[in-house]
Amino acid sequence: MQKIKEFIIEKFIFICGIASIFFVVLIFLFLLKEGLAVFKFVKPLEFLLGKNWYPISEPAQLGILPLVLGSLLVTLGAAVISIPIGVGCAIYIAEIAPLKIKETLKAGIELLAAIPSVVLGFIGMVTLVPLVKNIFHLPTGLTALSGSIMLAFMAMPTIVSIAEDALYSVPKNYKEGAFALGATHWQTIWRVMLPAASSGILAAVMLGIGRVIGETMAVMMITGNAAIMPNSILSPVRTLTATIAAEMGEAVVGSEHYFALFAIGIVLFVISFIINVTADLFLHKDQK
Amino acid sequence: MKEKIITKNLNLWYGAFHALKNVNSNFSANRITAIIGPSGCGKSTLLRVFNRMNDLIEGVRMEGEVLTDGINILEARADLVVLRKKIGMVFQRPNPFPLSIYENIVFGAKIHADNIKKDRLDEIVETSLKSVLLWDELKDKLKKPALRLSLEQKQRLCIARLIAVTPDVLLMDEPCSTLDPQATARVEELMRELKSKYTIIIVTHNMQQAARVSDDTGFMLLGELIEFGETDKIFTAPKDKRTEDYITGRYG
Ligand SMILES: Nc1ncnc2c1ncn2[C@@H]1O[C@H](COP(=O)(O)OP(=O)(O)OP(=O)(O)O)[C@@H](O)[C@H]1O
Ligand SMILES: [Mg+2]
Repeated sequence: MQKIKEFIIEKFIFICGIASIFFVVLIFLFLLKEGLAVFKFVKPLEFLLGKNWYPISEPAQLGILPLVLGSLLVTLGAAVISIPIGVGCAIYIAEIAPLKIKETLKAGIELLAAIPSVVLGFIGMVTLVPLVKNIFHLPTGLTALSGSIMLAFMAMPTIVSIAEDALYSVPKNYKEGAFALGATHWQTIWRVMLPAASSGILAAVMLGIGRVIGETMAVMMITGNAAIMPNSILSPVRTLTATIAAEMGEAVVGSEHYFALFAIGIVLFVISFIINVTADLFLHKDQK
Repeated sequence: MKEKIITKNLNLWYGAFHALKNVNSNFSANRITAIIGPSGCGKSTLLRVFNRMNDLIEGVRMEGEVLTDGINILEARADLVVLRKKIGMVFQRPNPFPLSIYENIVFGAKIHADNIKKDRLDEIVETSLKSVLLWDELKDKLKKPALRLSLEQKQRLCIARLIAVTPDVLLMDEPCSTLDPQATARVEELMRELKSKYTIIIVTHNMQQAARVSDDTGFMLLGELIEFGETDKIFTAPKDKRTEDYITGRYG
């Protein structure tokens, strides 16, 4: 009886495991099938490097370069903002803050991570957007910069918590060794702790950026949603994710527009995949 | 004999726990002093007073005086950077930084002075490695990560890293406890060679080691320094019954 029970449970768990892989493969195949179909209409290079995204004009122009640049610009901006602040915050929490402040900060960071992105986007729209508009005297505050700032807030919790973990797990005897040689606290952090935690910190950064690239709702709300070639961080942009979200509803199934959106999905998938694999490599290097 | 470190009525508490009780001692320059005693008697604690490493632990309180070159290092205004540069420490578990061999050795030089010329750094690396007899082994591998070395090499590297900041005193907390007997013998040999230039204080569990390498020995028990004197005398004619009991193996 016990044996049969064991057998059934084992098989059930096995099926669960297989099912998840099966669905991933299924989704991936579907994405590939629908996405690659776009190349019946445009050449791959034209698709990737074309400067015009007019999916519903006659004939449709399906160049995603402005969208790729939009995503890159917003992500790069978010990275420039969130990496120094995030890593700095992690150093402060792991090394400097007294216990009370440390706990408070950690709770705060967790809270930040718990805010739904739509809510952040909404708050950004009513506070950040007018601010950017006024500071830079722009016709509109819906710019890549607003998106970057917003996304930096979303990447921060990931970066802080993983980088803090990495710093925390640096063996204590490195620190003692540095202090015993007369190093100051900051010299110890800069010359020993950070190099020792570098792979974990890099992984933290990659995962933070991964989150930024995949983010949709909030960017859609505050980057202006204009699929044009951006000429600076202060122009409105549209990201890859926002394009899919905004246009999927109206694209006619089976049209070139429809296939193009799936192809954008593939591009996003490839980018996220590369980022995750890189982060993973760094993390595993650390554990070795 | 020149006195290098003198403790006067030194007391130390970890919170409410009285870990060092009225320690009066006198460590001479250019000699090796061994501190022996059963586990938990306060050997490491005493050693870590001398470079104020106990400051890293919360709730530590000290009373009394510790004089080195006439300065009381327990005073609040003591400059810890200067102190630790002068009184260096080798730990029980070798703890080279996860950097290259070269970077490990120049670490001290770099933190104590800005913009040192590359030539000067190379020179420091060479002399330090030579003084721990690692130069021939490692001179072609200076860019390799220090964590790949053997345990003995790591411990020697840690000593070299310390020598590179030109201290007067070397504190060694069971420096051989992770090494095999041959490596231990070689590190002991190294200590004898370094003696002419430094004041060496070594904590050890191993009485044979204390007898082999040290000139002076202090025996501790439950936070007290029971007996302190020349190693020969302590080992052949201990004055205190408790020292005798320990040396003849009646404590753990
Ligand atoms: N951080 C600390 N907080 C509280 N008590 C401590 C702390 N460090 C050491 N002690 C206590 O102080 C006493 C002396 O410890 P110490 O490490 O100096 O002993 P030791 O002689 O070096 O022992 P061992 O031979 O095992 O290394 C021990 O009873 C220990 O439990
Ligand atoms: Mg000890």
